[in-house]
Amino acid sequence: MHLMYFTERPYRYVPNDEVIKTGFFGIENRHFDPVKGGQLLNEYLDEKVLAEELGFDGVMLNEHHDTAFCMGSVMDVEASILARITKKVKIVLLGNPLPIVGNPLRLAEELGMIDMISGGRLVAGWVRGGGSEQFASNANPAFNREYFNEAHEVVIQAWTRPGPFRYEGKHFHYRFIDPWCLPIQKPHPPIWIPGLLSPETVMWCAQHRYPYIALATFLEPTVELWDIYRDAAAAEGYQVGPENFGYLQKVYVAETDEKAREIAKWDMFGGAGIGYSLFGQPQWMFPPGYNSKEATRRIARQFTDPHADKKSPWAGLADGTTTSKIADAQVKTRSAVWQDSGPIDVEATRKQIFEAFPAVERAMQVICGTPDTVIPKLRTVLEVLRPGIFAFWQNDGPISKEDRLNNIRLIAKEVMPAVREIGRELGLTSPFEVKPGSRPLKGNRPESVGSLEPLQRLNGQTTAHA
Amino acid sequence: MASGNGHQEWREETIHVDDLDLTLIKGGSGRPLLVLHEELGWPGWLKWNSTLAQRHLLLIPQHPGFGRTPRSEWISSVRDLAGFYARYLAEQNLAPIDAIGFSLGGWIAAEMAACNPSQFRKLVLVAPMGIRPREGVILDFFQLMAPKHLYATVYDPDATPEFDNLYGGQGPEQFEGWEEARAQTARLAWTPFMHNPSLPHLLGIASNLSTLLIWGKEDRVVPPTVAAQFKEVMKSARLVTFDRCGHRPEVERTVDFIREVEAFLE
Repeated sequence: MHLMYFTERPYRYVPNDEVIKTGFFGIENRHFDPVKGGQLLNEYLDEKVLAEELGFDGVMLNEHHDTAFCMGSVMDVEASILARITKKVKIVLLGNPLPIVGNPLRLAEELGMIDMISGGRLVAGWVRGGGSEQFASNANPAFNREYFNEAHEVVIQAWTRPGPFRYEGKHFHYRFIDPWCLPIQKPHPPIWIPGLLSPETVMWCAQHRYPYIALATFLEPTVELWDIYRDAAAAEGYQVGPENFGYLQKVYVAETDEKAREIAKWDMFGGAGIGYSLFGQPQWMFPPGYNSKEATRRIARQFTDPHADKKSPWAGLADGTTTSKIADAQVKTRSAVWQDSGPIDVEATRKQIFEAFPAVERAMQVICGTPDTVIPKLRTVLEVLRPGIFAFWQNDGPISKEDRLNNIRLIAKEVMPAVREIGRELGLTSPFEVKPGSRPLKGNRPESVGSLEPLQRLNGQTTAHA
Repeated sequence: MASGNGHQEWREETIHVDDLDLTLIKGGSGRPLLVLHEELGWPGWLKWNSTLAQRHLLLIPQHPGFGRTPRSEWISSVRDLAGFYARYLAEQNLAPIDAIGFSLGGWIAAEMAACNPSQFRKLVLVAPMGIRPREGVILDFFQLMAPKHLYATVYDPDATPEFDNLYGGQGPEQFEGWEEARAQTARLAWTPFMHNPSLPHLLGIASNLSTLLIWGKEDRVVPPTVAAQFKEVMKSARLVTFDRCGHRPEVERTVDFIREVEAFLE
């Protein structure tokens, strides 16, 4: 198993009221103080060094723009520093938003330098970028997929094809590609793809033999997506294994369940008090041409339904909530139909969001408690998904420095050993142990990696996943 | 979208132009009038169509990538689209033709005029895009969901009798159509946003073209001051403006709109 530390690196001083009123993207940057921001960025770099010392295998970074949710606006800058100040952890970038980088050759050079300085410890990864990222970089959202595919081609060619050569694509044109900063790892650094369960992306990963990392998604649909990957892999002629899959899980650990829960409930607001329940406003989340036809159809129904619920989608979710209702609430929140009803009642919305936390916890979207509380739950997640890559998503929300470090230490010292043991028991091979795509296909029917059976067993005991 | 007496006044045809099957809405009789629709797509056969169709043959192509016309990979700018329609007019022996363009459609017509004004006999531009406003900006509808964009196009929806008839309503089907239209508009004009810096320079070639500019004084999409910028280069253009009217004079001030257009096209 490959175990990673991840945090969104929030700007923790953003007023929660502003978050509730505006969401993930669009809060005025007068609320940002670069002196405090600089302190936080250094704190977050130090956390990665600590994570290495405490035995994590990888430190994972991501990138967002114009948001307090995540300060990694130029993730490669952080990765460059980590390349020098860490010694053995993998530096896992999930991922560079290919459609918005503008110059993929420059990206290939940046990543080449990071791999060289780190002595070959880079794991690269690509994302399409959220809707708002297209605005933040003024990248034409209607060409998002085309930019993604073509930029990917440019980077791979720059890394693997002897230069100089010429590249003339639809969107990118280079007279001269001959970079003198190539990755140490050959033919190129590992590439992992994070995502939120888009079947299109999952199949693309299977075709390229890139591990797919599901970002804190609901377990049931994740197992279904694993099978889509499995079938696409079989079409390519290989059998999937745990090394093809990764999972990002929110975990908060403290000395008591009560303390862990008190910290974790702020995760309902994600990063800096943004996210899970208040992701963004629809005009920025759904830019023109960005969505698939199927996603557009779903949004169309919501926007034009005269009976659409104009209350906050989180109202009334406190008890007896099913996983699908939480998923519905997330989608409704992101489409923000309900916000059209007028100004948001900040206090009432905050209260409703906190009240939905127990349901979110029951669905294991957030796992929190003492080590003894979280380990059995993590076992269930690992039994269901059987991922070879597992990232602990920690420390979102306005959590103090002390509590952040405490969380990292407790997970490293008291949770990780158990997780490694479970990984060995379940045969959860990482991409560094078994090359993704190297397992031969046996017979006509490829085997699944994930299974809903452990979840059903658990449901037999409780009604947590009703 | 049928007329009041129950029989449909228009029909749909497909015309092959280059590699594309262009969907064309055709209705009425008389001298042909090319109608170039706006950025949310073809809003449907409305009262003004019905009235003008009594004396004109209305030819309303659905732009490539909008409505029922498929997208063409090679059309990547509004000037490409103008060239595409120039070819359509030439191949169908329609030039010189009367034309009316709305918003994005006005921009397409202006690009056609900037390339070859003799394609047109007379040209009506209704709140056209294409020239960057000296004051203010063109409404950034890419940062609005389509229903809000639609509301922003009129001064007062309640005082616009045909508002609910635009696009045949405001259901999921229309929403999907708007998203298709927005995506194609983004492909054509995400940046520079809904204008072409060279247009005002090249449009000088159309200084003798008989042109009618129509603008609502309360237009929130393209600032009414842009009319003066068009007039600076299209020196023969005459400007008509309407009070209490936004970006859709044809449905906000239908009677006045028809009167002005009919008089001009005489």
